[in-house]
Amino acid sequence: MDLRLSARHAAFRDHVLAVLDSNRDKAPTSEHRGLKHPRRLAWQRLLIENGIAARTVPEAYGGFGAPPDILEARIIAEAFASTGLPRPLANQGISMLVPTLLELGTEEQKQTLVRPTLHGEMVWCQGYSEPGSGSDLASLATRAHIDGDDYVINGQKIWTSTAREADMIFCLVRTEADAPKHKGISYLLFSMATPGIEIRPLVDMTGAANFNEVFFTDVRVPRRQIMGAPGEGWAVANATLKHERGMLGDPSATKARFMRLVALMRRETVDGMALMHNPLLRDRLLALQARVFAMQANGLRVTTRQLRNEPAGMPELVVKLQGCELNHEIARLAIDALGELGLLYGDHPQLRDAGEWQQMYMYDLGLIIGGGTAQIQKNIISERGLGLPREPRASGG
Amino acid sequence: MDFALSDDQIAMQASAKRVLERCAPLEAVRKAAARDRGPVNAAAGELAALGVREMLVATDLGGLGLGLLDAAIVQEQCGAAAAPADIIAPSMAVEGLMAAGSRDQQAAWLARVVSGEVRLACAVAERAGARDDAGVRSSASGLSGASVFVLGAADATHVMVADQDGRVHIVAAEGPGVGLRALPAIDEVRVFSRIDLDNARSEALVGENSPGRGVDRMVTVGRLLLAADTLGAAQTMLDRAVAYAQERKQFGRVIGSFQAVKHMCAEMAAELEPCRSLVWHAAHALDEGADEAEVMACLAKAHLAEVGTFIARTATEVHGGMGFTDLLGLHFWFKRIGANRQLLGGPERVRHDAARLQGWV
Ligand SMILES: Cc1cc2nc3c(=O)[nH]c(=O)nc-3n(C[C@H](O)[C@H](O)[C@H](O)COP(=O)(O)OP(=O)(O)OC[C@H]3O[C@@H](n4cnc5c(N)ncnc54)[C@H](O)[C@@H]3O)c2cc1C
Repeated sequence: MDLRLSARHAAFRDHVLAVLDSNRDKAPTSEHRGLKHPRRLAWQRLLIENGIAARTVPEAYGGFGAPPDILEARIIAEAFASTGLPRPLANQGISMLVPTLLELGTEEQKQTLVRPTLHGEMVWCQGYSEPGSGSDLASLATRAHIDGDDYVINGQKIWTSTAREADMIFCLVRTEADAPKHKGISYLLFSMATPGIEIRPLVDMTGAANFNEVFFTDVRVPRRQIMGAPGEGWAVANATLKHERGMLGDPSATKARFMRLVALMRRETVDGMALMHNPLLRDRLLALQARVFAMQANGLRVTTRQLRNEPAGMPELVVKLQGCELNHEIARLAIDALGELGLLYGDHPQLRDAGEWQQMYMYDLGLIIGGGTAQIQKNIISERGLGLPREPRASGG
Repeated sequence: MDFALSDDQIAMQASAKRVLERCAPLEAVRKAAARDRGPVNAAAGELAALGVREMLVATDLGGLGLGLLDAAIVQEQCGAAAAPADIIAPSMAVEGLMAAGSRDQQAAWLARVVSGEVRLACAVAERAGARDDAGVRSSASGLSGASVFVLGAADATHVMVADQDGRVHIVAAEGPGVGLRALPAIDEVRVFSRIDLDNARSEALVGENSPGRGVDRMVTVGRLLLAADTLGAAQTMLDRAVAYAQERKQFGRVIGSFQAVKHMCAEMAAELEPCRSLVWHAAHALDEGADEAEVMACLAKAHLAEVGTFIARTATEVHGGMGFTDLLGLHFWFKRIGANRQLLGGPERVRHDAARLQGWV
């Protein structure tokens, strides 16, 4: 066991911290709304140019072009946690689609899609879930048939985050109606401006419409806009989901959130007494701190196992479930600490931290559900991790 | 950076597991609970043969110069076996001597610890909360008072006693004015004792014995190793629950195919897995003298208490009525986890200490 960084990695950490520190004034804040706000895109560009974002994506595709190095990735994540500066863009296009494209995309797809996605200029949405197919995603029913050089898509997606802002969609469709359910699926990439797409916003509990329904009526997509072979879309989708679950439990993001909670409890007072001096709230804080430490240490273990090319096992399997749960618990304590002030929502002089705790408390429940629900995670842990019998498979699969 | 056990540590883990499986199977645990000293001595002998006596002692004092991570690995296996022997008190004692003994005291006492001539118990529980009239006063005529829940006293030759000012003294276990009695406890496999002192002659540690230094180190090390013990015990309970779920049939299928049972197992695994990394990290931080080391040791103790309690209950439940029987013996692990939770401070107390260390109180 040795947690020291090599000279090279220590120098890298110093470089990252120096870049972040000297560009502090350029960081976007909550005032810079909109996925494509120029200030956000400029920040992303600055991070990529300095090798802090898109670090291992080849230069030819718009990344920084460094060789893969898990430890560098970790150092970067920690630098953002410790400085509290806004992280590189981590939307579904960047975190899920780009790694999959690099692994399985055609040269043309990589050439045209990766660069604008990394720079935040091309926003993607994920067209997986359907009204009848959530946890049981492989039962999806949106169809695509071949007509000349095109696929023609008909059907409906739901819970599609950022569909209205998105330029593009990566979408699962059933291309072989008679194949077993995991076999007949294909993975298509197409523009949200394609004729025949209708988007209806779905308001969620935060009051905003973070997700949508998306309807397809005879939507024509050129056949070459497929990733992987026809009928092999399920394997491609699994490659993407792997990246999604990694993104959803990042322990350094949790640590950063915990530190904001500590600051909140030291700053806020009730009856003139700092919340930190309330022994009940403080005890809950410390119980969460133990879990934050545990997930961070688990993260160190995961990183080491990746460095050694060890196969994923229990330390990896628990990250999404435990990480999302812990994030939600941290927000929950913040809400309790705020008490009635936690009811405020929207502009008001007494609103704390721009309402981010209220936002997180609600949105994070969504993240416990999205990307594979907590119950599905438990199925996976008990089956793949503990070797208990598999769930019965539904028809055809 | 490398966050994993070294090859030596993996080998030690395997040897500890092997010898404890050999010398502390369930029958031996059962006999120890019935106060049969045979298995207790056998387990202590096997652990000594592994080198646990000299493990933490510096090489220039005749030891192996290993660290608390090594000790935690061995202690985890003791917990896994619910073994009637452990290295908690001996490790606390060595660390207390290193923290508060003079150079001469370290050399004299540790040489005898390494040879096995001296076996040290630890009477420091009051540092984590004094009950009733417990507490030890030091005066010119010797030590007087009482300390409860002394650890490691069953076969000790000497006891390291913390006085009310936080100074550490060593008394002979059978010296005049020293009374040691085993307490009737729920966890009958290990021995917890009460020491009564009446002007007992003692040797005070006179190194950097600034009040608190030695005793705080002892408590911290004890907390870390109690966490490691619970980690091992909880892992055994989980493993046994999973094994039982794969063989027990009801309604014509193994109970492990019922989702309610699967999810109980998954929840236990999901809670426990990060705990392993937490214990390693805390141990390593203490070895390195890292800034957050004491805080981490406290949080490891508190968190393992919570997760251990959850697993002790849930794993028992997975076994149905069988889990509740004496026959299966699962209760030895249940009680061990419960005892570890309270020793040297329950979770609320330990979290309070962690808050204090961070200036949050
Ligand atoms: C905030 C948010 C954003 C999202 N963004 C997107 C997106 O951009 N693109 C996209 O495609 N999808 C998105 N989703 C959808 C998400 O992936 C699904 O909600 C999720 O997979 C669950 O599907 P469902 O909602 O149909 O619930 P169901 O599958 O109907 O589940 C309902 C309940 O039943 C339980 N359940 C179901 N099957 C089992 C089983 N086998 N064992 C035990 N319990 C089971 C579930 O755990 C849950 O508690 C998003 C969801 C949320 C909340």
